[in-house]
Amino acid sequence: MTTPTAPDLKCSGVCKNFGPVQAVADISFEIPSGTFFSILGPSGCGKTTLMRMIAGFEEPSAGDIFIKGRSVLNVPPNRRNVKMVFQHLALFPMMNVFENIAYGLRCIGTDRDEIARKVQDVLNRVALPDVGEREIHQLSGGQKQRIAIARCMVLDPDVLLLDEPLGALDLKLREAMKIELKLLQNQFDTTFVYITHDQSEALVMSDRVAVMNDGRFEQIGTPQELYHRPQTAFVAGFVGDSNRWSGKVTGTRGAEVTLETEGGTVVRSRPGDGTKVATGDAVELFVRPEFIELVHRTPRQKRTGLSGKVDNLLFNGANSRALVRLATGDLVEVDVTLTGGTDDVKPGEEVSLSWSTKNAVCFPARAAS
Amino acid sequence: MRNKMPLAGLLAASLLFGMGSAQAETLRLLTWGGYAPDNVIAKFKEKYPDIDVEVTLSNNEEMIAKLRATGGAGFDLAQPSHDRIYAPQLEYNIYKPLDLSKIDTSVMEPKLLEGVRANTTIDGEVYAVPHQWGTSGLMADKSKAPDFKSWGDLCDPKYKGKTSMRLKRTILLGTAFAMGDDPFAAYADLGKYQGILDKVVDKLIACKDVIKAYWKGGDDLSAMMLSGEIVASETWDSTAYKLYGENPNIVFVPPSTGALAWIDTFVIPRKGEADDAAYKWINFVLQPEISKLMSESTGAIVAVKGGKDLLPDALKAAVNAAFTDADIDNLKFFANIPPGVEDMEGKALEKIQAATGG
Amino acid sequence: MVNQERRLLPGAGSVMKHRDARRLSLILLFMPLALWIVLLILLPHIGMGILSLREKIGPRQYEFGLANYIAFFQEPIYWHIMARTAVISLLVTVLALIVGFPVSYYIAKIAGPRTRGAMFMFCLIPLWVSDLIRAFGWILLLRETGVISGILQWTGLASAPVELLYNDAAVVVGLVYTVMLFMIVPLTSTLDGMDDAMIEAGYNLGGNGLTVLRRIIIPYAMPGIVSGSIIVFMLTAGSYLTPVLLGGKYSSWFTQTIYDQFITRYNWESGAAFGFLLLFFTSFVVWIGLKLSGQSLSSTVARS
Repeated sequence: MTTPTAPDLKCSGVCKNFGPVQAVADISFEIPSGTFFSILGPSGCGKTTLMRMIAGFEEPSAGDIFIKGRSVLNVPPNRRNVKMVFQHLALFPMMNVFENIAYGLRCIGTDRDEIARKVQDVLNRVALPDVGEREIHQLSGGQKQRIAIARCMVLDPDVLLLDEPLGALDLKLREAMKIELKLLQNQFDTTFVYITHDQSEALVMSDRVAVMNDGRFEQIGTPQELYHRPQTAFVAGFVGDSNRWSGKVTGTRGAEVTLETEGGTVVRSRPGDGTKVATGDAVELFVRPEFIELVHRTPRQKRTGLSGKVDNLLFNGANSRALVRLATGDLVEVDVTLTGGTDDVKPGEEVSLSWSTKNAVCFPARAAS
Repeated sequence: MRNKMPLAGLLAASLLFGMGSAQAETLRLLTWGGYAPDNVIAKFKEKYPDIDVEVTLSNNEEMIAKLRATGGAGFDLAQPSHDRIYAPQLEYNIYKPLDLSKIDTSVMEPKLLEGVRANTTIDGEVYAVPHQWGTSGLMADKSKAPDFKSWGDLCDPKYKGKTSMRLKRTILLGTAFAMGDDPFAAYADLGKYQGILDKVVDKLIACKDVIKAYWKGGDDLSAMMLSGEIVASETWDSTAYKLYGENPNIVFVPPSTGALAWIDTFVIPRKGEADDAAYKWINFVLQPEISKLMSESTGAIVAVKGGKDLLPDALKAAVNAAFTDADIDNLKFFANIPPGVEDMEGKALEKIQAATGG
Repeated sequence: MVNQERRLLPGAGSVMKHRDARRLSLILLFMPLALWIVLLILLPHIGMGILSLREKIGPRQYEFGLANYIAFFQEPIYWHIMARTAVISLLVTVLALIVGFPVSYYIAKIAGPRTRGAMFMFCLIPLWVSDLIRAFGWILLLRETGVISGILQWTGLASAPVELLYNDAAVVVGLVYTVMLFMIVPLTSTLDGMDDAMIEAGYNLGGNGLTVLRRIIIPYAMPGIVSGSIIVFMLTAGSYLTPVLLGGKYSSWFTQTIYDQFITRYNWESGAAFGFLLLFFTSFVVWIGLKLSGQSLSSTVARS
C-alpha cells in the first residue's frame, strides 16, 4: 500500500499564525517508520499547535504535512490515520472500556465479531485482558493511560500522537509509565510522536528528539546528541541541568577559547558544534554539574582548578548537589556523592573544582531570546 | 436554594405584619375590578381618616373559594352576586347576618332590595343587600350582523368563525331560555333541570364549530370585537357599553328571551373584624354623588332609587341604545342557585369544553 | 465518649456548653429550610390529601372514601384531558430540547464569555414578565388581526388574514418559549463540564459529526437532557395561564379542569383528588423517562 521509503510523517515548511502571533514558524522534519519521536519545548513554544495541525484540528497557514507520503492538508481529522492520546486522555466516561475501544472500529463499520476480537487483542497487548466490562472511573491512572493508547492502537494508525499524557500522573507512576510507554511503542512498532515539556520524559523514551522554542525547531537528534553536543545555547540550557554563565572571549587557541565570566572567573572552553566565536564576543558558557570534579583542598596542595568554598549541600540521594561559591563570587552547582562517611564534603569546606575543556561549551550570546 | 431563607423571613414578617394591621381600623374589601375606584376610596378616607381600605379584586367563584378556605376570615366586606349567597352559606357557613338597622335601606331601589332580601334570607336572618346591577346578554356589530337578537344566533352557521361566548353558566342559562325552557323554574326539580342541561350541552357542542373561540375576560373579548375578528358575542353589558364608546356600531343586544340580570351585593364574611367600617362603607358608597363615580368606574347601575339617572352621559346613551322599556320588563334575574346545581352545571361545561366536535 | 467526659470533670461543663451552643446554632441554621419544607410543601399536601379522600354526601356532610378518585376513572372526559395534557407536554418537552440543545451547545462550547452572558440574558427575558403579559404578547402576535398575520399579508404570502391563535400550536409555541430557560440551564451546565478534547477525540478516532453528536455529546449530556426534560415536563403539565389564554375552543388542559373543580363547581374534594392524580401521573411519566434513558433522579436533577 505504501512505498517503504516514504516516512510515516513529514512536515515541510509548516507555519501557523494566530492573527499577528506566529505560533509555528517554518518547521520541516521527517520521521521514519517505527520511531519514538519527541517534541520537547517549554509551554507556549507551539508544540501543541504543531500537533493539532498534524491531527487536523488546525489548518496550517503555510507548508504541507504528509502522512505515509500523502498530503493530508484537505483531509478532515476523522479521515486521517493519525490517532491522538490527549493530555487528559479524553476517555468517554459514559462508555465502558470495551465501548471506548470499540468506538473507532464502529466508526469505520467493522463487524461485531471482528470488533470483539480486535478489542480483546489490543487489551491483551496492553496487558489488561480483563477490564473490558469495567467503567472508566473504576480504572487506576496507569490503566486509563493504557486504555487511551489501546483505543488508538486498535485502529492501527500510521502515527500516534501523544500530548503530554503523563502530566496528570504522580511522580512514581510517571516514572513507571515512561518505561511502559517505550515498551508499548516497541511492541506496536508504530511511530509515536510525543509532545512534552519534561526533558527527562523525552530523553528516556525517545529515539529522536526535536527541541522546540518560539515556534522553531532548535535541534533534532538522538537524546545523547542533544545532551552532549547541543548546537544552540537554548538546547544546552534546556536539555539536562547546566551551570550557565555569561562572559566575554578573551583569547582563542586552536579549538579552545579562553573566556572571562561577568563575575571575573577565567575559564577555558570549546565553542558549540557549528558555532564560531572570536575574541571580544559575548558568549554563554554551559558546564553540566556531573562533569565537574570536586576535590578537598589541603593547604599544601597546589591545583590548577578553581578554588571556592562549599556554600550549601542539597542532599537528594544519588542526585545530591553541592553549591560552591568561587573566589570570584560565581556560584557553581556540582554533583557530589554523599556516602555518609567522614570524607563527604561539608558546608564551609574549602574545595577546588576542575573539568575537562571539552565539557565546557560556549555559544555566542543571542541578542534576543 | 439560596432564596429560601429570605422567603421564610418574608413569610414570618408578613405574618407579623398581618397580625399588627388587624389591630388597626382597616377595611379589607373583597370585590370586583372597578368596584372600589381610587377617587371613591380617597373621598371615604377624607370622611373617615382613621379607616384604611385594602382592596382585593376577584370574581364570584374566587370570592367564595377564598372565604371558604378561611371559613370566612381575611376580609371584612365582600360583594358576590345575589345568586351566590344562599347555597354557599348553607354549605360552608361563610357569611354573617346583616344588621339592617345600620344600613340606610331607604335610599335603595325597593324592588331590588326586596329581591335580594327574599333570595338571601336564611332562618329569618338577612345576609345581603344590593349594590349594583347589570345584565349579561349579547352584543353585535350592527353594520355586520344587523338582525342579531337571540342567544341562539351565536350558533347560526351564517356567522361561522365570527361569534364568541364565555364558557360559564350564563351561556347555559341563556341557551336554555333560547330553546324555550325556563331553567330557573326548573331549579326546584333537579331531574328536570338535568334534562334541560343535556339538551343545552348537545346544542352548545354542535355550536363549537361556529364560534371562533371562548373568551376568558373583558380584554380578549374587546380585542376580538374591536378588531372585527368577531361580529357578535355573549357579553357583560358594561363591556358592550365601553365598546359602544369606541365604535357606535357595537351595541348591547338584550336577547329576545330577556337579558340575564345580576345584582352584586354587600355581604359581611363570618369572621370579618371591622363590621362598623363595613357598614360605613356601604352607606357611604350608596350616596348619590358617590354612586355616580361608581357607575362611571364600573359601567353598572347602582341599586339606589333613580340609579339609571346617575349614569354618566356616555353610558346613559349606550344603555338607551340598548334597552327599550319592554326590554327592562323582560329582564330575567338570576335565581338562587340551589345546592348541587353548580356541580351539574360544572359537569355540563366540562363536557362542552372536552368535546372535540366534528 | 460519655466516660471520657465524666473523667474530665473540671472542663466538662464548658465543653458541654460549647457543644450545646454549636448544636443550637446548627438547628437555627436549618430552621428556615425545615420550616419551608414543612409549612409550604408538606402541610399543604397533607391537607390536600385528606381533602381528596372526603366524599361529599350532603351539605356540610362528608365521609371518608375514594369516591373522588373513582370518579376520575369513570369519566372518560377527565382522562382524555389528562392524556391530552401529557401528550402536548411531551411534545413541548421534545421541542424545547430540540431548540434548546444547539443554544446550550453554543453557550457552553462556542460562545465567548461575553456572548455567553448575553445569551443567558436572552433566555431569561421571558421570565422577566408575568405569565399573563407573556400570553398577551403572544396573543398580539398570533391573532387574526395580529402582527404575524399582518406581515404575511403585507409580504403577499397570505391573501387573507390568518388566524394563528386559539389552537394547540399556539399553546405549544407559548409553552416552549416560557420553559426554554429551564431546558437550557441544566443542559449548558452539563455540556460546560465536558472536556473539549472529548469531542476532538470523537473526531480523531474516526467519527463524523453525526457520530460524535450521537455517540459522545448526547450521551455525555444525558443527565442534563433528562433533568431539563423533567423540569420542563413538570412545569408544562402544571401550567395554567398559557394553555388557557392561547388555547382554542378545542384545547383543554388538565390544570383548567382542576381549577374548575375548585372554583366553578365548588368541589374542592375532587379538585384535590385531581391535583394528586396529576402529580402521580406526571411522576409516573418522569419515572418511565428515567427508566428509558437509564438515568436516576439523583444523577440528573441533583447534579445540575
